[in-house]
Amino acid sequence: MSFRYEFRLSGSGGQGLILAGKILAEAAAIFDGKNATQSQSYGPEARGGSSRSEVIVSDEEIDYPKAVNIDLLLCFTQEACDKYCTDIKDNGILLVDKNYVTKTPKGRFKVYSLPITEIAETKIGKALVANIVALGVITGLTGIISQQAVESAILSRVPKGTEELNLKAFNAGIELAQQAG
Amino acid sequence: MTNKPNAKLMTGNEACAEAALVAGMRFFAGYPITPSTEIAELLSRRLPQLDGTFIQMEDEIASMAAIIGASLAGVKSMTATSGPGFSLMQENIGYAAMAEVPCVIVNVQRGGPSTGLPTLPSQGDVMQARWGTHGDHPVIVVAPSTVRETYDWTIKAFNFAEKYRVPVILLLDEIVAHISEKIVYPKDEEFELVSRKITEKDPASYLPYENTDSDIPPFAEFGVGYRYHVTGLSHDETGFPTNNPEKVDKLNRRLNRKIERYRSEIIHYEESFLDEADICVVAYGSAARSAYRAASDARKLGYKVGIFHIFVLWPFPYEALSQIARRVKFFIAPEMNLGQIAHEISCAIKREVIKVNRVDGGLITPNEILEKIKNVQL
Repeated sequence: MSFRYEFRLSGSGGQGLILAGKILAEAAAIFDGKNATQSQSYGPEARGGSSRSEVIVSDEEIDYPKAVNIDLLLCFTQEACDKYCTDIKDNGILLVDKNYVTKTPKGRFKVYSLPITEIAETKIGKALVANIVALGVITGLTGIISQQAVESAILSRVPKGTEELNLKAFNAGIELAQQAG
Repeated sequence: MTNKPNAKLMTGNEACAEAALVAGMRFFAGYPITPSTEIAELLSRRLPQLDGTFIQMEDEIASMAAIIGASLAGVKSMTATSGPGFSLMQENIGYAAMAEVPCVIVNVQRGGPSTGLPTLPSQGDVMQARWGTHGDHPVIVVAPSTVRETYDWTIKAFNFAEKYRVPVILLLDEIVAHISEKIVYPKDEEFELVSRKITEKDPASYLPYENTDSDIPPFAEFGVGYRYHVTGLSHDETGFPTNNPEKVDKLNRRLNRKIERYRSEIIHYEESFLDEADICVVAYGSAARSAYRAASDARKLGYKVGIFHIFVLWPFPYEALSQIARRVKFFIAPEMNLGQIAHEISCAIKREVIKVNRVDGGLITPNEILEKIKNVQL
């Protein structure tokens, strides 16, 4: 049986979800040696407007690159959560940022409501790295992509001079997942 | 870790820009527009490193004119745009076809008409790519569906342009352009590169639009001592305008024959699972990705479904489809337009095509194709 794992990272433009998706895909495809694609859907605005980034990881060639039967859905806005929670497959994972998503839906999936942005602000000192904290949580919760691979991908994608800050954010996310798991 | 040093996660736009450099492209003129902008962005950094030229022009009309000029000076040239910009380029694409100037135009399709959906995919420019500029004219249009195919077909697009002295249109769409996926970097030596045939005649006896056996006149680049005239007006072998019906007829017929007679060398498609098939899904560009998934899902359910994947849209593979129609009864065409290629398929197979169309900015899902497969009355 072939293996296919679908991530959808959703929220609004400017939250760094497309970059987070690219890092996940690069970790899986380049550093873990699997196949992965990342695609996106966003509006014409530079900030705001809905934004979503989808990552497919598989051990086979990936033809259709969009998520239809989601294994993990990350929501950074209430709107995204309301819109996409029905696309999660049975026993899948719904991960929401506690500060943005106050009403979590019920369904045949596990719900993790975690203070992702709050940790980015208080522990790392920059709300900007919430996307990288989320990557840590996703890595910890799913085990689909190795921690080492995601670290390598972060280092290859984030701007020079911010490596340490981002790795700190990633580790904070891993810790958050351990506490929640 | 199976980390191959030459494996890289890259987007279709990045692959297009890098492959163009491998093909020998050293002149890019363009005007940024979503979803093609990354091609210009990347080339603005890479071309100066290679002693090439990058110019951001005032608009797409000028961009197209600039690459024609650069190509006439002997440099492989390219521009990249999307829907609205592609519309503006049409007049000068016709000029390139008429003056037989090799060049590559990348059109990353987005939702239309007009400014439409800047960030969302479409395949609405298939007919515009063929017939957007006026008059009977030669053109070659290629449409890859993955990042690796984009890399390969960008290089082939330059080879076609150089070999046949025509504008070649590389039709991407937002999905192919923006998707990130792994490609194992091919070695540059893996690609055969073609450059335009240069004249062996001396400047005094050179005829820039000579009627030769191949129908493709040898080229003399500007600035090396050959003086000749280039015009969009109908011209004779010297390149100067003429209204002589015999000469004009000869020119127009040669211009179009130049592609038609070589169509078997240019056309490219891939067949899979068609030998035993009852149903053939004909697809191209990113919709082909959905088609492969739908066909494999359908085969698991017992349906005999094959794929006819078109890479070169123009010239269109009428002959091959007509052959397949002798043994396959039903044809399904998923397209992110209202059936632009479905009509061409109908012409080839002499019967109706089952269409699956989306014009809402979304990629056709495998399920949408699968439903049509299930509804076929075998």
